Amino acid sequence: MRVIKPTGTPLTFTFDGVQYRGVEGDTLASALLANGVKLVGRSFKYHRPRGIVTAGSEEPNALVTIGTGPSQEPNVRATTVQLFNGLEARSQNAWPSLKRDAMAVNDLAAPFLSAGFYYKTFMWPKAFWEKLYEPIIRRAAGLGALSGEANSDTYEKAFAHCDVLVIGAGPAGLMAALTAGRAGADVIVADEDAVMGGRLLAETFDVDGQAGADWAADAVAELAAMPNVRLMPRTTVTGAYDQGTFGALEEVSRHVPRSDAPRECFWRITAKRSILCAGALERPIAFPNNDRPGIMMASAVRAYLNRWGVAPGKAVTIFANNDDAHRTAVDLMDAGVKVAGVIDSRADVAALGDYPLYTSGAVIGTKGRHALDSITITHAGGTRELRTDCLAMSGGWNPTVHLTCHMNGRPQWDDAIQSFVPVEGAIPGMVVAGAANGQMSTAACLQSGAQAACAVATELGLSPVADVPSAEDDPYRIEPLWQVDGKGRKWIDFQNDVHVKDIKLSAQENFRSVEHMKRYTTQGMATDQGKSSNVVALAVLADATGRGIPETGTTTFRPPYVPVSIAAMGAGSQGHGFAPKRLTTSHHASVARGAPMIEAGLWYRPSYFPHPGEATWLESCNREVGYVRNAVGVCDVSTLGKIDIQGPDAAAFLDFVYCNTFSTLKENRVRYGLMLREDGHVMDDGTTARLGADHYVMTTTTAAAGQVMTHLDWVSQALRPDLDVRFASVTEQWAQFAVAGPQARELLNSVLDDAVDGDAWPFMSCGPVSIGGVKGRLFRISFSGEHAYELAVPSRYGASLFRLLTAQAEALGGGAYGMEALNVLRIEKGFITHAEIHGRVTAFDIGFDRMVSQKKDCVGNAASRRPGLLEAERPQLVGLKAVDPKDKITAGAHLFVEGADPVSANDQGYVSSVCWSPTLGSHIGLGFVADGPNRMGEHIVAVDHVRGVRTLVEVCHPVQFDPEGERTRG
Amino acid sequence: MRLPCPICGERDRREFYYQGDAVALDRPARDAGGAAWDDYLHNRDNPAGETRDLWHHAAGCGAWIVVTRDTVTHAVSGAKLVGAKR
Ligand SMILES: [Zn+2]
Repeated sequence: MRVIKPTGTPLTFTFDGVQYRGVEGDTLASALLANGVKLVGRSFKYHRPRGIVTAGSEEPNALVTIGTGPSQEPNVRATTVQLFNGLEARSQNAWPSLKRDAMAVNDLAAPFLSAGFYYKTFMWPKAFWEKLYEPIIRRAAGLGALSGEANSDTYEKAFAHCDVLVIGAGPAGLMAALTAGRAGADVIVADEDAVMGGRLLAETFDVDGQAGADWAADAVAELAAMPNVRLMPRTTVTGAYDQGTFGALEEVSRHVPRSDAPRECFWRITAKRSILCAGALERPIAFPNNDRPGIMMASAVRAYLNRWGVAPGKAVTIFANNDDAHRTAVDLMDAGVKVAGVIDSRADVAALGDYPLYTSGAVIGTKGRHALDSITITHAGGTRELRTDCLAMSGGWNPTVHLTCHMNGRPQWDDAIQSFVPVEGAIPGMVVAGAANGQMSTAACLQSGAQAACAVATELGLSPVADVPSAEDDPYRIEPLWQVDGKGRKWIDFQNDVHVKDIKLSAQENFRSVEHMKRYTTQGMATDQGKSSNVVALAVLADATGRGIPETGTTTFRPPYVPVSIAAMGAGSQGHGFAPKRLTTSHHASVARGAPMIEAGLWYRPSYFPHPGEATWLESCNREVGYVRNAVGVCDVSTLGKIDIQGPDAAAFLDFVYCNTFSTLKENRVRYGLMLREDGHVMDDGTTARLGADHYVMTTTTAAAGQVMTHLDWVSQALRPDLDVRFASVTEQWAQFAVAGPQARELLNSVLDDAVDGDAWPFMSCGPVSIGGVKGRLFRISFSGEHAYELAVPSRYGASLFRLLTAQAEALGGGAYGMEALNVLRIEKGFITHAEIHGRVTAFDIGFDRMVSQKKDCVGNAASRRPGLLEAERPQLVGLKAVDPKDKITAGAHLFVEGADPVSANDQGYVSSVCWSPTLGSHIGLGFVADGPNRMGEHIVAVDHVRGVRTLVEVCHPVQFDPEGERTRG
Repeated sequence: MRLPCPICGERDRREFYYQGDAVALDRPARDAGGAAWDDYLHNRDNPAGETRDLWHHAAGCGAWIVVTRDTVTHAVSGAKLVGAKR
């Protein structure tokens, strides 16, 4: 209930369909508590009623679903949701309703559902796991659900750089930011809360003679006015990575009803130095039935009271092992809330006010079905029951060391505060200050924040001044108390329903290492990652195994510190954002002709150009093959990589990267080149033209263009820095079209300013040409086996040249052809692509061994001569032809001797490329067969176990059409 | 992770392509023999400590660089161009 009149704008929201009122500045949690809503969810495993436990991102219980439809977001912590008008929230993991949850029978079955239960019970029979047990368990032990619709929200990612990243904006963080900012450092302050100030907003301490919250507001205002300081509220730093890189999640528009802004932004922040001021998290005490709604952390009770004016109960009791107990009591009484009793586990303590104090006390039981009614306590004077609807507990504070452990740092046990503190230097460039470093008073936090900032600013060459305001400096007095004996389960991990007995069982069954205990019990493995419970769990494990806590150690802290949606991390990479699109200059013309576009790396290329009346792609493909074989076809080949290579040593450079020789190539001539990897296998192939004495242009396959460029960089910089050569990718600068077919020259001469003839332009010649006054390049090369050319013009003329060429081709009885026809044409001629040179084949395997010149060194030369790579038994390139021409061959099929069992021991090779050849009237293919060149004419069986296809094929020469190459030269 | 490109300065590792151990720079002569080539192509140490790795500044200047890095602490102690005197 609200005990201090709010000043914020009134808002309405719904929870489970019921409308409530809140005020601006509320979180969903504070608004629910203000409305007396205590039961907010059911626990994960036993479906026990649960309420709000904390006031921050460590919340284990109060997980709700926000919104509806595609933007529905499950498993949101009510403690971190900023309230807005019209917010719709629903409880989770309960059916048919939160109050009458059918699965609560799990709690009655609890004796059978102990830790390790799933492992032990559902081991056998194996098939039952997938079909029966897992679906049932998943349904019973669920969290919130997604809508199942595509997410309609947008997300963003961004990068930021700074001198000093201050993580957390409590007293230490604000003081650090002020000190660094005043010294002139470029500062980013990131804080998970919507309002900066940390515990200063939740406590009643004064700073510099004014209320802590007011001092914080003034500090934020001063920082906001500094041009060298960037404030990032609602931004949680989620991970610390190498070289001063941090991940951070910003809630950009999650806290407003409707917005065009992205919902969240995932930041990568690079900082020269960082100051971790992440504060500390209060931990629970494991006493019997400590999970009823109404039992919460003492720090949360003070936060709801002091920051939001909400008392979580009418008669509050407090159970603690440290002075927090009394601080909480005083704050409540000051606000007029009844304190029904303070149970302090310590013997020698005095009350700070007029409230019942029970020393040497402990809570040994609690009652209340959907909310707390009463507790049973023992104390120095005996046992008694207290009526209470809210129990505030504090087992002490754990410094938030998480980020310091992300690079393998292990925190150290500190007896004085009964918790772990970071070790110095765990993250290079990071200094830890304030409660995160074990400084528990406000004065110590302010002091250490200023000190940390002075240290890093000085390292950065600045002259910082520490100007630290005065504040309370009470000592932190604590006596260890982890668990209380008594009847009933003593919960530790509220989110995963792990209790003291589970951990004892783990130790008893010899899962004694903290990492084993974690996996055995699932302690700390829920979405809250055991933020408040892990230290309690390992204290209980230490007790159960008879070891000390330092010896027991902690589990590994891994990023992210809070859950990060995949949508935020993958922002910009959904749909078409996943990969950029590269479009050729003929793209729009191809699309206009109805060509289905297929991906070739990042490029899009036309598959075929359908004509009216054609029912299948094959009909179109056959027609286009006919263009090239009988008339003339035009195909955009601009996607092939083009690398311009120049310099006095260009020829020597090519001799080194290609296995064959290019220094002997005459000017205005083209040569096919084969490129090897250093291990002797084929990397890529293509034609390279010599445009001048010191000037070549290399083509690569579409697929390997990037890889070849990287390789040339490597060879030039690392292996042959002695060669004077420069090169640049010009793939996108030139639009290039294949013009192929018996009428190719006729077509060309209809568009070129100066006609070409066979004498001046023999096969494998090249040179400059002019098309309508535009300077282009002509290469007489063929990937179809026909009389063919490739014509290149600067890209800006590509679209118009494609229109011109296709129009002229159509006038000659031909037309445009796509990838399908291109593939048929090259298989008929035995030309290889990356289907054949797939990374595991050598020059020997494809019958090009003699191309590997032994007169010079080249990349891959030495390794290609290794004995194992030159043996006849290796599968080698052959042509394949269906014995019955109508029998389909499938790519990927393996080859077996007729009659042999088609198992891998009998494998003779495989099929790499297949097509229907309209030219030969048969299904044909290319493949690799052991000792292939010596098996011409042999019948062999292609078996495709995946598709269930079996074809009798004849092994033949890879060049199945026009083996003499007369058409190419004609 | 950030790498110091000698040409461009310190950059995010996403700009770089990783290639492996810098022993790839010590290319044997063509006739060095099978053992030398086998060693060059296939054998790599797996040090817990300092390592010299090749990175290509693919989304930057195109330089191949040798980065000296500690595999235990991830600290990067330097980088130079592959062509620089070793
Ligand atoms: Zn660079």
